[in-house]
Amino acid sequence: MPVPILAQAPYLIASVQAALTDADLIGLQNGLLDEAQRRRCQGVIVDVTALDVMDSFSTRTLQSLAAMLRLRGVETVIAGIQPDVAMAMVRLGLTMPDVRTALDLDEGLAYLQAKQQGSAGRGQ
Amino acid sequence: MRAVDDEMRVPIDGELDILTARQDARELATALGFDGVSQTLIATAISELARNILKYAGHGEILLRSAARSGARGITVVAADEGPGIADPALAMTDGFSTGHGLGLGLPGTRRLMDDFDLVSKVGSGTVVTTTMWARRP
Ligand SMILES: Nc1ncnc2c1ncn2[C@@H]1O[C@H](COP(=O)(O)OP(=O)(O)O)[C@@H](O)[C@H]1O
Ligand SMILES: [Mg+2]
Repeated sequence: MPVPILAQAPYLIASVQAALTDADLIGLQNGLLDEAQRRRCQGVIVDVTALDVMDSFSTRTLQSLAAMLRLRGVETVIAGIQPDVAMAMVRLGLTMPDVRTALDLDEGLAYLQAKQQGSAGRGQ
Repeated sequence: MRAVDDEMRVPIDGELDILTARQDARELATALGFDGVSQTLIATAISELARNILKYAGHGEILLRSAARSGARGITVVAADEGPGIADPALAMTDGFSTGHGLGLGLPGTRRLMDDFDLVSKVGSGTVVTTTMWARRP
């Protein structure tokens, strides 16, 4: 099932609804890169609350998505990794050290907003 | 929904079969009394093993069955294929080793997710991973 991308200026929110196929992941990656460019957005939140498994493949895909967006000047936050999913990820050896994570969507938005205010302040 | 037998066989021929195997394992694990955390650990291990089958062997199967050992209940996952096999299984069990540009965590990570782990592979005839998780006693 394709992942819907919602615009909430200046951010994009991608809410994963169900287990992701490879095609869904690639679609998400391309969709976010395109939309981030088109809407000149500053941050992206990928809400994975609904995911019951994050394996090495999906983790690596999300990591490279975040890396691509960072090169475009867009910060990515992965929000809502469930407690048992986090446990399984750590046992597998997947710790996502280079990707910002948040407890849930609200925390993710709060983080991006705080960061934006911080950088706006420095610019004045 | 299908009835939960104490043995299920899931052919792995495409990406969606990975999701089916995960879902079937959750159903069997629920029927055997495993908690949600254990179900997630098992489903994650299956995701890794099934993807290895698809990626390295093209197709194969995941067999799920209940296990018993001196009163303890368990769930056994067998991932079997008749693909190219693994030349150096000890090396394949090392964190970070990958011949497929992967993270190299699937096999060693599965050993950490599950309780018992056994890998038998022969170059040219295939790979069988047999792994079991035992239910924690309340
Ligand atoms: N079913 C299989 N058939 C053949 N080779 C396999 C199989 N499963 C794993 N391997 C080999 O073991 C290596 C390590 O596997 P794994 O730990 O899952 O990491 P990754 O899949 O990221 O490479 C693979 O790169 C591959 O060479
Ligand atoms: Mg693998």
